[in-house]
Amino acid sequence: MTPDQAPEFQPGIQPRPSLWRRLDMLSRRGLPAALTGMAVLLLSAPFGLPGQAELLPGILLSSVFFWSVFRPASMSSPIVFLLGMLVDLLGFGPPGVMLLVVLLVHGVALSGRYGFSRAHILVLWLVFDGVSLAATALQWGLISALSLHLVPMIAFAFQWVLGVGVFPLLCVVFSTLGRSIANPDRA
Amino acid sequence: MIPLSITLRQALERLVLPILIVAALGIILLGQADRSLAERVRMGLADILAPAYGLVVWPQEQARGLLGRMRDMGRIEAENQRLRAENANLRHWYDVAAALADENAALKANLHWMPDPSPSFVTGRVVRDTSGLYARSVLVAANVDAGIHKDEIVLDGSGLVGRVTEIGSRSVRVLLLTDASSRIPVRLEVSHGAAIMAGDNSGTPRLIYYPQDNPPVEGERVVTNGEIDTMPAGLPVGQIHYVRPGQPVVIPFASLGHLDIVRVFDYGRSAVVPPDAPGRIPVRHPADSFPLPFPSPLGRG
Repeated sequence: MTPDQAPEFQPGIQPRPSLWRRLDMLSRRGLPAALTGMAVLLLSAPFGLPGQAELLPGILLSSVFFWSVFRPASMSSPIVFLLGMLVDLLGFGPPGVMLLVVLLVHGVALSGRYGFSRAHILVLWLVFDGVSLAATALQWGLISALSLHLVPMIAFAFQWVLGVGVFPLLCVVFSTLGRSIANPDRA
Repeated sequence: MIPLSITLRQALERLVLPILIVAALGIILLGQADRSLAERVRMGLADILAPAYGLVVWPQEQARGLLGRMRDMGRIEAENQRLRAENANLRHWYDVAAALADENAALKANLHWMPDPSPSFVTGRVVRDTSGLYARSVLVAANVDAGIHKDEIVLDGSGLVGRVTEIGSRSVRVLLLTDASSRIPVRLEVSHGAAIMAGDNSGTPRLIYYPQDNPPVEGERVVTNGEIDTMPAGLPVGQIHYVRPGQPVVIPFASLGHLDIVRVFDYGRSAVVPPDAPGRIPVRHPADSFPLPFPSPLGRG
C-alpha cells in the first residue's frame, strides 16, 4: 500500500496541504485513469492501425488490473465503471458487456492485491494471463448469448493474445510513471 | 464529508463494487430491452467526438498526400517514360479511331442513302466529263449488258448525281442535276415543302416552285420526292443555301466537280410506267401503298 491512501495510519502530525499541493496530488492520483481514458479515446479514433480494435480491450484490462493491484486509489471502482461505460459507448457490441468484464477484472485484482503486489512480475504476468483469458471468455460468452448466435472465437483469441503481449510493456511504463509523475507523494 | 466511523466507511467501500456490478448487469438488460436507447446515446457521443476525429483524420490525410507526392517525385523519370510510350501508343490508336470514324461515317452515309437492298446497281468509273458550256453531263464506263436502262438514277458516295440519258455499248451518258435541262422534284426535310430543283449549268441548282408560305430553311437537307417513277423518295440530294434573300439554291452533296466512281441504280420502276394518257389518275406504286382488300378498280399498268 502506498502511503497516500490511509493517512489515518500514518504516524506523526502533518501540516495541512496548500491548495496547489492538493491539486498536484489530485492530478497525480488521477493520471492513470486519465491516461487510460485517453488511450481508449485514441484507440477508438480512426487511425487505421492494424489490430487497433483488438488492442483496446487488452490495454484497458492491463491498465485496470495493474492500477487496481498497485494503487486502487487511482483506479477506484467508480472510475473503472466510467471507463467501461466509455468503451461500451464507443464500441458497437451489446452495451454493458465490456463494463461488466472490466468491473470483474477490477474486483479480482482488488481481492488478490496483497498477494499480487508482492509477487514477481512474471508471476503477475501469468496471473494477468489467466484473468484476461477468463475475462475474454466471459466477453465472448456474453456477446454470443446476447446476439443469439455463436460469434467466431478467433477475434477474441487475437484480442487476448494482444492483451497478454502488451501487459509487460505497460507494466514497465506504469511502474515508471507510478514512481515519477503519477506519484502523489512527490507532489 | 459526513463523518462516519471507520468500520462503516469500510463496509460502504466494500459495497461499491457489487453495486456497480449490479448496475452493469442492469445496463446489459436495459441494452437488450431498449436497443434504440443505446444507439441514441452512442450517436450522441459520436457527434460530440466527430470534430476530434476530424482533427485526427486531417493530418493523416495530409501526411498521406505528402508521402504520395514525394513518391511521385521520385518516380518522375520512369513516369515520364511510361507516359511517352503510352502517348505514342495512344496516338496510334487515335489514328486508328479517326480512320474507323471516317469509314463508319462513309458506311453510315452509304446505308442512309440505300433505302432498299433490292435495287440492283452497276458501278462504273466516270471516264470523261462531257460538260460543255451549255450542258453538264459525264460519261460513265459501265457494263451496259448488266442492265442499264434510260432514266436510271446515278449516285456517288454522298448523294444524287443525275440521270442516265443515253446508253452506248460500253458507256452511258449521265445528265448531271446541275444541267440546265435537269428538273428533279425534291422534298425539303425540315420545312416539309415540295419543290423542283432546276439546274442552271452552275454548280448550285436553283430551287423553284417551292411553297411561298413555307419557304425553305437555310441549311436543311433536300431529298428526292419520289413523284417520278424511276426515282424513289428519300435519296439525299443536297443542302439549302440562300445566295441572297428569296433565292434559295441547293448545294449538292455529290462532288459533281470531280466525280470518280458512281453507281447506276435500277429501281425497277420503269417496268410499271403507265401508258401516256391525258388526265390520267396517278396510280401509286403497290409496294408503298396500303394493300386494298379488294382489287383496285383502276387496274395497273
